[in-house]
Amino acid sequence: MQAMMSNNKPHLSLWRRWNWLVWLIVVAVIYVWAIGGLQFTGLQESAGSVSKSIVHGLVNPDWKYVYNGSGEDLVSLILQTLAIAFLGTIISALISVPFAFWAARSEKEHYRLRSGSGKIVLTLIRTFPEIVLAIMFIKAVGPGSYAGVLAVSIHSIGMLGKLFSEAIENMDRGAEEAIVSAGGNSPQVFMLATLPTIMPEFISYTLYRFEIAVRSASILGMVGAGGIGTPMIFAIQTRNWPRVGIILLGIVVMVLLIDSLSEQLRKRLI
Amino acid sequence: MTNANLPRRSWIQRWHVKGFGWTALMVLLLIGSSKMTDVNVGMFFSNLDQFADLIVRMSNPTWDYLSVIIQPLIETIQMAILGTTIGTIFAIPFALMAAGNLVHNKFLRGFDRLVLDLVRTLPDLLLAAIFVAIFGIGSTAGVITLAIFSFGMISKLFYEVIETIDMGPLEAMESVGASKITIIWYAVLPQIMNQFVSYFLYTLEINVRASTVLGYLGAGGIGVYLQRSLNEFNYGATAVIILATIVVVLIIDGISNHLRRVLL
Repeated sequence: MQAMMSNNKPHLSLWRRWNWLVWLIVVAVIYVWAIGGLQFTGLQESAGSVSKSIVHGLVNPDWKYVYNGSGEDLVSLILQTLAIAFLGTIISALISVPFAFWAARSEKEHYRLRSGSGKIVLTLIRTFPEIVLAIMFIKAVGPGSYAGVLAVSIHSIGMLGKLFSEAIENMDRGAEEAIVSAGGNSPQVFMLATLPTIMPEFISYTLYRFEIAVRSASILGMVGAGGIGTPMIFAIQTRNWPRVGIILLGIVVMVLLIDSLSEQLRKRLI
Repeated sequence: MTNANLPRRSWIQRWHVKGFGWTALMVLLLIGSSKMTDVNVGMFFSNLDQFADLIVRMSNPTWDYLSVIIQPLIETIQMAILGTTIGTIFAIPFALMAAGNLVHNKFLRGFDRLVLDLVRTLPDLLLAAIFVAIFGIGSTAGVITLAIFSFGMISKLFYEVIETIDMGPLEAMESVGASKITIIWYAVLPQIMNQFVSYFLYTLEINVRASTVLGYLGAGGIGVYLQRSLNEFNYGATAVIILATIVVVLIIDGISNHLRRVLL
């Protein structure tokens, strides 16, 4: 916009002088529209007492739920959540590699038909809501953590494929050229140069995606796809706030542990 | 003599102990987690016809439904804008307090960061479920959820930006005896404003995505209709909702990406 307007100086200075006002009006209009459009249900009469019992439940968690050996307790379900996230991320990382090479731009390509189409496919996968995927897989394989694994593994392709393809675009081509100049064929180039060069970045992104997958695996259960989300939604619906408290505590501890573990591993990689 | 100078591979390197160790650990974890999640590859393929049936029914979108969902889609965007804004307003003081170059009190900073870390661990849908219980079904619960979610995210992004600023103007103002508020207004804000707006827009993008599913638990917006159509097995309508959501998300992403490019 600036380059376009630099041809006629007076107009530019006018725009320069008043553009803050234009932005202010635009932002004000957006906010009036946003606030006016929403119907505020306001506080329910029970909101006060519900909040009080929630706080009470959070302060006095149901410690007996942590482990009772039934396989339906907090520890078992947290482990199941981690298993869903782990398996989903690994599967998705494997599927993402071909997607990434599909979507990665290369100098040889003239019209960017291949990489462009790959990028569009990855964007569509990324935008497709994970919850809907979970519900679709529940119809296919029944409720349970298997549906959660499938949902995580398909949904993560969108983001991992994008990160992987960017890693491929920015990688150092030196090793590849060395193998080519020594007379290597393309499978050899791939196995001996391409893969070793980008592997640390791939692993680092996979670990990062695992952190996100842990969070989504803990809510997929709310629609019936296994993990800690299922008892959570039951506890909220039955207003069992001490149970909600202990599950929240479990999720917080799990996420903090996984995040710091993954961060340590990623620091050692790069 | 030259042989003695050759680097020798240690026992661990020669037998690739680390590589085998990691591989074994990964295989064990994979086996363990597939046992725990009852993964059954055969079942997926034997039920493939049901899945295919679902896809077929979804590939015939009932376009008439579009007129029903325009209003909730708009509501979704409004929820995202309000939630992000409220979250940002609360995030600014917390971000200033967490920045190591502005606040020298280690205890205060550590406590602030701990609170932010804890807030960020909570997944959005989980917050939505709790706020629906408090505020009842409707968009208020959604706005509060998004506000808390963006609060956690924005305050981290913001304090990381603040920590990278040039300290020169601050020191200059400090040396002439300006108050903390004056310093923040004249020395800190001008340096970070563009990045703040850019991160705000980025969070807005994420919140638009998130707000489309919050309604699934009753927190307003398009998600309410998503849940309804899925419960009624009205997959044609589900397809329309998903397609419309994708279009809206892509438009918002496009606008936001353009604005961010102009800003930075």
